[in-house]
Amino acid sequence: MAYADQDTGQHHGPDGFVWKYIFSQDHKVIAIQYGLTAIGVGLVALVLSWLMRIQIGYPGALEFIDASSYYQYVTMHGMIMVVYLLTALFLGGFGNYLIPLMCGARDMVFPFMNMLSFWFYFVSVLILMGSYFVPGGPTGAGWTLYPPQSILPGTPGSDWGILMMLASLGVFIIAFTMGGLNYVTTVLQARARGLTLMRLPLSVWGIFTATVLGLLAFPALFVSAIMLLFDRLLGTSFFMPYIVSMGQALDYGGGSPVLFQHLFWFFGHPEVYIVALPAFGLVSDVLSVHARKNIFGYRMMVWAIIAIGAISFIVWAHHMYVSGMNLALGYFFATTTLIIAIPTAIKVYNWVLTLWHGNIRLNTPMLFSIGFISTFLIGGLTGLFLGNVAVDIPLSDSYFVIAHFHMVMAIAPVMVVYAAIYHWYPKITGRMYNEALGKFHFWSTFIGTYLIYFPMHYLGFEGMPRRYYAYEGYEFISDSAAGLNEFITIAAIVVGVLQVVFLWNIFYSALKGKIADGNPWQATTLEWFTPDTPPCHGNWSDELPVVHRWAYDYSVPGAKTDFIPQIQPHTPDEPVHEEGNH
Amino acid sequence: MANTGDISRTTGWQGAVDDWSGDKESFTNVPWGKAMMWIFLLSDTFIFSCFLIAYMTVRMTTTDPWPIPSEVFALTVFGETVPLLLIAIMTFILITSSGTMALAVNYGYRGNRKVTAMLMLATALLGASFVGMQVFEWSKLILEEGVRPWGNPMGAAQFGSVFFMVTGFHGLHVSIGVLYLAIVAFKVWRGDYESRGYEIVEIAGLYWHFVDLVWVFIFAFYYLW
Repeated sequence: MAYADQDTGQHHGPDGFVWKYIFSQDHKVIAIQYGLTAIGVGLVALVLSWLMRIQIGYPGALEFIDASSYYQYVTMHGMIMVVYLLTALFLGGFGNYLIPLMCGARDMVFPFMNMLSFWFYFVSVLILMGSYFVPGGPTGAGWTLYPPQSILPGTPGSDWGILMMLASLGVFIIAFTMGGLNYVTTVLQARARGLTLMRLPLSVWGIFTATVLGLLAFPALFVSAIMLLFDRLLGTSFFMPYIVSMGQALDYGGGSPVLFQHLFWFFGHPEVYIVALPAFGLVSDVLSVHARKNIFGYRMMVWAIIAIGAISFIVWAHHMYVSGMNLALGYFFATTTLIIAIPTAIKVYNWVLTLWHGNIRLNTPMLFSIGFISTFLIGGLTGLFLGNVAVDIPLSDSYFVIAHFHMVMAIAPVMVVYAAIYHWYPKITGRMYNEALGKFHFWSTFIGTYLIYFPMHYLGFEGMPRRYYAYEGYEFISDSAAGLNEFITIAAIVVGVLQVVFLWNIFYSALKGKIADGNPWQATTLEWFTPDTPPCHGNWSDELPVVHRWAYDYSVPGAKTDFIPQIQPHTPDEPVHEEGNH
Repeated sequence: MANTGDISRTTGWQGAVDDWSGDKESFTNVPWGKAMMWIFLLSDTFIFSCFLIAYMTVRMTTTDPWPIPSEVFALTVFGETVPLLLIAIMTFILITSSGTMALAVNYGYRGNRKVTAMLMLATALLGASFVGMQVFEWSKLILEEGVRPWGNPMGAAQFGSVFFMVTGFHGLHVSIGVLYLAIVAFKVWRGDYESRGYEIVEIAGLYWHFVDLVWVFIFAFYYLW
């Protein structure tokens, strides 16, 4: 007997509301808990971005915004969006929901640990939100938390806020590790019969590789958080050089601030791909299903994901060209940074070629997927600018960088979040969303984000610096910047408010939407062939599914339907189309 | 493989890739818990690597002289000062405990549950004595030598900061390991694994050997250098 043989027989879930929906060990319930918590905390960060934009567009319009609170908004917005929204939603949300279903498993391999993972995440969110209720409020050190300034008086929240932030990150990393170990082990050791790694849907490949990245990158953040905590609480000097602050020599001395930056970005750059790789995977599946074509170059897509993941560990210092790091290192990191563009470009070409001559259904998930290709391409191209030392140095602290990373790692992954939510919505809830509202949501978000971020490239070239609280009295900022900033602020508020359409759509449709059948998109992968929709506890009936083919048999010449499920055996006269298995 | 269709037979590199990417499980006959422990240890390796790299960096950036570890950690026994005496004993004990652990795994797979439990208990006791000696080392350093996380009389403040952080984090790992081994030993003694098999002993052993290996690196980079 192989260890992977999972027990057969119907699984009866626990009874009672609390054990079924609160302290549930079912990966699907945990996924929804992760998803709703992440979206909830993301809405907080959205409101923070409005407050920032109001201050920039209409300086002084809101009297409660002063320099300190502005920096607190900047910090909390960044940290929430990157870690507590996107990382949690892609891995905790989509990872939890899709991995066991797409792999044909009954659940994650260690469901109890999986439940603990969510509750640790929940506690980390509570600690983070709790920093609004401590003396001095949350930290305003910027999401990168660079010492020395992050723990010295003068920075908002240097008393309590920074402690809460570091504690919250520590708890989050423990939560992520417990979840991540589950995801990786499930993909490696608990797949269905016949489901080889090279037959996995790209969604699983993306989430799997991102989780491995997280397990190797979060340790650096964990260690730097511990050391920063010690510097702040015990008075050690890991990151603190000899400093004269407000005319007084501090007790610190001999530490290395640049060490923190290295540790932080050794986490921080793979973190970009922890967010991006699941998005790459999910969007590949959505594109293929709705273009009714196999994903172009599946094998290359897998290797590109692995290559991007591997190279992402040796590019981190391109965030530090202006840090005072040895400039010779710049050559190395600029080279690796530009090399990573090659597998990324392979992926973009393959998405476009998947659409080419496809039988495209232009529904909401497809629109968001195409929106992703567009925004990711724009953001990726400006990344090539910033990867070069000589171009990065003048642009580094300007709005050009804001525009770049919001296009590439905020808007593009969020487009995929929406595409994936709409795409798997019928499976998760058993009902259809409202297509008209979905399309309205897409067009308003897609056009709106361009209105917000495109002008920022121009502002950056003009030299408008980022992270400034007020812009009056700076000669080098032209008058036209004020008008443009007003325009961006209005666009940001309108786009943000219109997300209500999305929330209404998913909550209302969950109650009143049209009942969906098990496989409304005529897709091939395992999750669409569960006996129940939404899937029951244990996912499958007595028999576990058996896989006979890869995940992308769409529009196979000579086939009766335009899709052949993974669970359908080959007929003797059927030609083999699977890539690489000729 | 009768039902799985057309997985082709390949050789060479392609064959290696196909073996690893076969269906159901990538590592054949590896239990879920063991696979998960290996992945966890890989992640934990990165934590200790970051600690050690950070230690080497601050040792280079600090402007004060670095105290000489073999003198700081010397013990005077019978009027004779022996450098690193306590650390040598601690290292010997920890490596010995890896030996008893390996024996426990062997006896576990043979199904000899009494001997397995005794060997695991011996491992846990050796681990506990390691932690005990660490407590002695810490209190001697704090009370007699006046070493604090934020400074010490011998030189660079980072010497003490790194010492407390790295040995503390490692000592925490050993302490958790002692508890883990004690619990598993008790369950082995009670016969809980008679039907499920004794992989759990090996999984606990993986963790224990890892903690041991980390100590070798701390010993080499912090105490000997």
